[in-house]
Amino acid sequence: MIWQQLINGLMLGGIYVLIAVSFTLAIGILNFLNFSLPGLFMLGGVLTWALLGAGWHWSLAMLAALLAAAAVSLLVEQLSYKPMRNADPELPLVSSLGFLVLMENLVIVKWGSDQQSFPALIPDFNLRFGGLIIGTAQLISFLIAVGVVLWLSWFLKTTNTGRRLRAIAENRDTAEILGINLARLVPCVFVFSAVFTALGGILFALNYLQVSPFMGENIGFKGVAAMIVGGMGSIWGAIVGGLLIGLVEVLSIYFFGADVVNILVYGFLLLVLIVRPAGLLGRPISREKL
Amino acid sequence: MSGYQTGVLVFLAFNVIAAYSVYLPMAAGQLNLGIAGFMAIGAYTSAYLSNELGWSMLASVPAGALASCLLATVVAVPVLRTHGIYLALATFALGQIIAAVFLNLEVVGAAAGYPVSEYVSPMVVVACAAGVVLLMVFLSRTRYGLYLTAIKNDATVTDLMGVNVRGMQISAFAIGAMVAGFGGALYGHHYSFIEAQHFNVLLSVFTVLYVLLGGTQTVLGPLVGAVFFTLLPEALRASDQWRYVIFAALIILMMLLRPQGLLTASLLRSLGGRKQGVQQ
Repeated sequence: MIWQQLINGLMLGGIYVLIAVSFTLAIGILNFLNFSLPGLFMLGGVLTWALLGAGWHWSLAMLAALLAAAAVSLLVEQLSYKPMRNADPELPLVSSLGFLVLMENLVIVKWGSDQQSFPALIPDFNLRFGGLIIGTAQLISFLIAVGVVLWLSWFLKTTNTGRRLRAIAENRDTAEILGINLARLVPCVFVFSAVFTALGGILFALNYLQVSPFMGENIGFKGVAAMIVGGMGSIWGAIVGGLLIGLVEVLSIYFFGADVVNILVYGFLLLVLIVRPAGLLGRPISREKL
Repeated sequence: MSGYQTGVLVFLAFNVIAAYSVYLPMAAGQLNLGIAGFMAIGAYTSAYLSNELGWSMLASVPAGALASCLLATVVAVPVLRTHGIYLALATFALGQIIAAVFLNLEVVGAAAGYPVSEYVSPMVVVACAAGVVLLMVFLSRTRYGLYLTAIKNDATVTDLMGVNVRGMQISAFAIGAMVAGFGGALYGHHYSFIEAQHFNVLLSVFTVLYVLLGGTQTVLGPLVGAVFFTLLPEALRASDQWRYVIFAALIILMMLLRPQGLLTASLLRSLGGRKQGVQQ
């Protein structure tokens, strides 16, 4: 049934939206393709699972996982972004990839490389509208994801901090001359993107009831695709891109089977990059910046 | 030489070939994150020709390299419309697509993998790697190497000087892919088995790491990087589980302390290398 698939696609897309927003923050404001984010996505899910296993209350477990992700992200800022922000763009990219490999292997050392099953925290209760079924966990995750992203959009648009962040995105040097305290605001960006992507990891675990050290590679890289499809640096682009990638994935499973998902998702990404590199909602790119 | 030492040496040879397939496009300012896909093209094409059509390795391995080169030339035209990070991501997507296609291609075993009937001995692999290094050193001494450096530094000015920038960029991309395809073809024939899962994004990423950590300023940087970062995890093998943790920590540390890579032009000069006045 096609409508059911569309709903499933949107629900999955909600998680991609969170990751895409994290990437888009880092690239839009700092021009930094932060490949440690898929690792933080994984860390969110795996740490919540581990703390739940240790008997923590779910709220504390999730909070601790989010804080841990934020702490690691600050480390990435100190060691990957800050020393190399004026170098070639591939240097911080590679360094942040080092963090991804580091996090994956630390988790493997501690908990092994197997996929673990995540406890069902939200009772398995399905809402029915007509013939359509929506899982409560799905719906809650989707609402949280979209809510958080809408809040971010509002935050960037109206608050003082948001305005400063947009000024940095426009031109870092000018922003600094105008008295914006970069040393204080840049860590904010890292904390924001870490919390969003780790939240995505937790919601993914809640929905699909599984975590593994490699979940960041599978899901996180599709978040990158979602960001580009929507348009780098654009929050609304991340929302549109995330939902679109979710739909493309679920519909390609429905029509062609699970094996061709990567061909279609990344084919779609390649097509967008070639035909409209700025993405669906992005501003035209200036070559000088890259 | 013990079996283990031979194994490490062959692994090193494959990494060196892969590193140079990333280096050449990078010398022209292109970050190719999809190199594993081109290795897969070379590996599967040559394996298919050897297995099903009974070609000799002498023909099928170069044919694999050529197939990879041809595909790269075809995709380079649209893909090289993108620049910088966009190009890196386009090649990343391309690599994912190629791996996914082979994962579903029944004629070459799909997800079950594909055995290869012919066998390449370790010494041939090492000799081929040495050949690739020599070829790259030769290329870096020609005007072609100079053009690529010029394009990396400033494509517009190079264009004004009358160099065919577009053609050079496409050729660097295609030759890089050809080297990758060559490495992939040898890989399949040496290990007698290939599977699409091997040619994943991490293979591409690690190859890029070898090059960047070795240094892109000189043509020998990728060699140093590949040697150092192939042998290092082997030396750490004693600490088994932790070795990739240590490896990753070293990557971060290296980028922090020596972002220009292990081997730089000035280091090479101070080691008593020959004067490179023209290129500096």
